[in-house]
Amino acid sequence: MAAKKNQQFDPVETLQAIEEKFEMVQVLNEEGEIVNKDYDPNLSDEQLEELMKRMVYTRILDQRSISLNRQGRLGFYAPTAGQEASQLASHFALEKDDFILPGYRDVPQLIWHGWPLHQAFLFSRGHFKGNQMAEGLNILPPQIIIGAQFIQAAGVALGMQKRKKEAVAVTYTGDGGSSQGDFYEGINFAGAFRAPAIFIVQNNQFAISTPRELQTSAKTIAQKAVSAGIPGVLVDGMDPLAVYAVTRDARERAVKGEGPTLIETMCYRYGPHTMAGDDPTRYRTSDIDSEWEKKDPLVRFRKYLEAKKLWNEEKENEVIEKAKEEIKAAIKEADGTPKQKVSDLLGIMYEEVPFNVQEQLDIYKAKESK
Amino acid sequence: MAQMTMIQAITDALKTEMKNDENVLVFGEDAGNNGGVFRATEGLQKEFGEDRVFDTPLAESGIGGLAIGLGLQGYRPVPEIQFFGFVFEVMDSISGQMARMRYRSGGTLTSPVTIRSPFGGGVHTPEMHADSLEGLMTSQPGLKVVIPSTPYDAKGLLISAIRDNDPVIFLEHMKLYRSFRQEVPEEEYTIPLGKADVKREGTDLSIITYGAMVQESMKAAEELEKDGHSVEVVDLRTVQPLDIEAIIASVEKTNRAIVVQEAQKQAGIAANVVAEINDRAILSLEAPVLRVTAPDSVFPFSQAEQVWLPNAKDIVETAKKVLNF
Repeated sequence: MAAKKNQQFDPVETLQAIEEKFEMVQVLNEEGEIVNKDYDPNLSDEQLEELMKRMVYTRILDQRSISLNRQGRLGFYAPTAGQEASQLASHFALEKDDFILPGYRDVPQLIWHGWPLHQAFLFSRGHFKGNQMAEGLNILPPQIIIGAQFIQAAGVALGMQKRKKEAVAVTYTGDGGSSQGDFYEGINFAGAFRAPAIFIVQNNQFAISTPRELQTSAKTIAQKAVSAGIPGVLVDGMDPLAVYAVTRDARERAVKGEGPTLIETMCYRYGPHTMAGDDPTRYRTSDIDSEWEKKDPLVRFRKYLEAKKLWNEEKENEVIEKAKEEIKAAIKEADGTPKQKVSDLLGIMYEEVPFNVQEQLDIYKAKESK
Repeated sequence: MAQMTMIQAITDALKTEMKNDENVLVFGEDAGNNGGVFRATEGLQKEFGEDRVFDTPLAESGIGGLAIGLGLQGYRPVPEIQFFGFVFEVMDSISGQMARMRYRSGGTLTSPVTIRSPFGGGVHTPEMHADSLEGLMTSQPGLKVVIPSTPYDAKGLLISAIRDNDPVIFLEHMKLYRSFRQEVPEEEYTIPLGKADVKREGTDLSIITYGAMVQESMKAAEELEKDGHSVEVVDLRTVQPLDIEAIIASVEKTNRAIVVQEAQKQAGIAANVVAEINDRAILSLEAPVLRVTAPDSVFPFSQAEQVWLPNAKDIVETAKKVLNF
């Protein structure tokens, strides 16, 4: 005898109905045409040009960082090309008072929030001075433990709510990060406290080598918001206008006291996971690469701006030259920073150096003075 | 002065600091309306409001992250981990994040968090509630680890812990919560972190210990006195950083020492204390420094607990070996 169908509630249909709701938001298509006029954030000409400048600058920074790394002049580096819209257009919707809790690939947002370039290079080289944030610069150094930034973002956001600040905590991770327990605890805590947080999952399709479909049975990562009872949105992460618009809306809700939002940006990293020996040809075909390259955020935004007469080759070259000069100067500044010592670090383990550490500090100071 | 149990002294310390500093926030699983499963936060929500004393969702890792984030917004978070056996769920926040916040930010950021948590055996808890995991904490640079043995110490140490700008793990032995009362001043006072306390003076043997084993060591000292041995009991109070000067001063006076801990032999503070004595006072010793600890199994089911846990009798036996060496 066939099992009786539950007439009141069909769990399979319910799941399907929810999943269908998470359609990808797009404003600007691959050809640089507005396809969703109602959701066009209507940025001013100056804003459009500024966002383009940032994306071009960051693409150059990525290229230079990769070559500096290959020359042995940089340390840990996680390439960013392909993710410019996801990173910079989301950041473009933020204010200086907003607090960023980044993942390790999110150096560009920190730079545009005010982290000096030479400090980013020092961080990459493994020098603590890279992480000494200036007063009033609302960022943490890139998080290494995947997911840890999500629970901390809930805390920063709750603190902002208690301080009655008109600001939000914004945190980033990747598709792999959404499998961590801390991902759920973070969105759930922020939801329970209605704290002003924005959780951004940059779904670049691969966690090192593991493809997105092996991370979860969920059709979208955005739909995981439902489990925490918060709004979730799936956005074309190669489309700067759509990423900007959904982040702006999430920020507006948050500062109005309406709680956190989960944003999934559908994007791609062209490069390896990091420069420490990852070989993407082991897990990706060139077909997938070229499919995504057609969606490139710079290409489509350039087309859009050129059509509006806001961008041309001259402007592009100006930005490229500026980026190259500033990178050169920042590397020089990083080179000039004295090497860090063991004693520098022993001295900052605690506010007051305890007896046992002091003894060791003296030993290392003596060693270092030789 | 009032007679207080340790749990009352802890509540009193929380109340004192909440009054002193509006940045102090108290939270955890059932810490709000219910006042905590041991009632450590009893009445605090009523007095200070839901904004400063609140329940969290049931997730230790989330509680740790919340504390870090609130600390970054200038608050002084005092989260409760309901039982310290649950600490594994929040280890990244403690060891990976709080303990290195100052270091990895080049001294520009801090995690001024005090994590309070009940621990320790002898009260017949279910599994994973009673473990002595302080050794896990003390192997992490960047943390301070405090374990009071009396109501008076608990209040003064907890106030100091909350005021400290570095992360402090404040471990409250469950057996001591209501086992005895003591005179505790109603006004505020502090006991510095990192300072041991000589709970009993003596000249023939030093018992170096902390937590619930202080009471057992005091009983053992009384027993030994009947045989004419003058025994000193040094209560470490803070197990990281260790008060090495106090340990060495006592050993140099008595020339003999044993170290007593409730934790397993492989899992605790005692080995470190013995090593410090070897490094610094070996020529003062008339006998090897021995340890009294629990055996190296996981914490036992409650029916075996009373035999597994070290007690005054075990301490007397080991003390005699050292005294008669």
